[in-house]
Amino acid sequence: MTDPTYTSDDIMTIVAARALEPAAVTFVGIGLPSTAANLARVTTNPDCVLIYESGCIGSKPVRLPSSIGDGVLADNADAVIAVPEIFAYWLQAGRIDIGFLGAAQIDKHANLNTTVIGPYESPKVRLPGAGGAPEIAANCRRVIVTLRHSPRAFVEKVDFITSFGYGNGGDERDKLGLRGGPTDVITDLGVLQPDPVTKELVLTAVHPGVTIEQVQAATGWDLKTSSSIVETAAPTAGEMAALTALRNA
Amino acid sequence: MADLVGLAEAIAAHVHDGDTVALEGFTHLIPFAAGNEIIRQGRRDLTLVRMTPDIVYDRLIGAGCARKLVFSWGGNPGVGSLHRMRDAVQNQWPAPLEIEEHSHAGMAVRWQAGASGLPFGILRGYVGTSLPFHTDTIANVTCPFTGEDLMAVPALNPDVGIIHAQQADRAGNVMMWGITGVQKECVLASTRAIVTVEEVVDAFEPHVNGVVLPSWVIDSVCVVPGGAHPSYAAGYSERDNPYYESWDPISRERESFEQWLAEEVMA
Repeated sequence: MTDPTYTSDDIMTIVAARALEPAAVTFVGIGLPSTAANLARVTTNPDCVLIYESGCIGSKPVRLPSSIGDGVLADNADAVIAVPEIFAYWLQAGRIDIGFLGAAQIDKHANLNTTVIGPYESPKVRLPGAGGAPEIAANCRRVIVTLRHSPRAFVEKVDFITSFGYGNGGDERDKLGLRGGPTDVITDLGVLQPDPVTKELVLTAVHPGVTIEQVQAATGWDLKTSSSIVETAAPTAGEMAALTALRNA
Repeated sequence: MADLVGLAEAIAAHVHDGDTVALEGFTHLIPFAAGNEIIRQGRRDLTLVRMTPDIVYDRLIGAGCARKLVFSWGGNPGVGSLHRMRDAVQNQWPAPLEIEEHSHAGMAVRWQAGASGLPFGILRGYVGTSLPFHTDTIANVTCPFTGEDLMAVPALNPDVGIIHAQQADRAGNVMMWGITGVQKECVLASTRAIVTVEEVVDAFEPHVNGVVLPSWVIDSVCVVPGGAHPSYAAGYSERDNPYYESWDPISRERESFEQWLAEEVMA
């Protein structure tokens, strides 16, 4: 049974939750990534391990955290450790399966910008900056990105590379010695994945009711479509109920 | 040995114009009361160091205390932008603000190097990003044993480090627990250290992730109950999330911020 009343936030969250592999060790940012990761944990993926950069390992928050250092992340955690250790011993050492990032801008080769729009020295818009993202993007086995589709957000080239995706494409990432890389870009319209060779993001799924032309119009480069494009399964009543319960907890 | 003094006295004694100052605390245990006291005492030309500037530095920047900001993520957590920081960076108001921008991983390594008495720290970070082109405190270094290319970042050693903790004992030892961020490193890396605490107790009890800082690495301990508000102190208070939301309209315009400053800090 599907639920026809979902919002674009709901479907982004639910598709992102489905993307977590069983028991994956996941480095989680606040906001939609955290909602998605916790939705997975309380539904189909009870063994996934949620790690927050504030130093919480194995967080099992009883309600959604409103900040990265919310006390509910520490309360039932398997361990709470210092911030330098999270980045050095856990992230840098390669113990994380999935990194979960948002961004203000993403480009054709999945590079992310959360630093500035416009020139760095005289920015049009000053954004919050890097936080944990550059090293999350570099050191996890794979990275899932969530952001809303618009031509301003999906650009040919980002103004500033805060977090490296695939650079100019091809084997540039491998040559830099970075692990993994973005595998899924989940938006309110569909899912983009990198071409295995060129690493250019291509449309591999559209959400129910969304057309390919709609996604292309919301993308700032000439978006290619995968030959095996699929339609996303609509949120089920069960997924929606779990998501609502999580938000209201 | 730490002196048990009032907050105003500690700030007057240890924070001077032109100093490099770090108020640390990762969402939890942010020393807000100490930040307000620095504003009240009219300090100028400070270099402010902090991973997440948060509201505490938005205030100091808006009040004109800062010349430079060293940071890694400058937003209002869970809400949006830091408008005073943005106004300073984009429009030089109330004063130009030089920025030195890193990632969290880089800042954490800089704190560890500072606490360890080393000139720099190393990490596998920043590779492929635009940050090294704009931040001259990120440099390549080659491992002398394996030849691997790594990044070097210089130690952080502020003139003053300020943190908030749950408890001090009567000898001036300090204990904090829960999410403790980089506060231990901040105290050990700084030339002078001030700790505000919720209360003084006769003896510490064990806590999850309890960290004790001995009295002899701290200069002043100040009892400031609620001194982390609108951040929180686990075991004493909850994070005031509505306050973080209310900061958005307060800080959005210069006029509303200045009115807030006059009424809530300077009055």
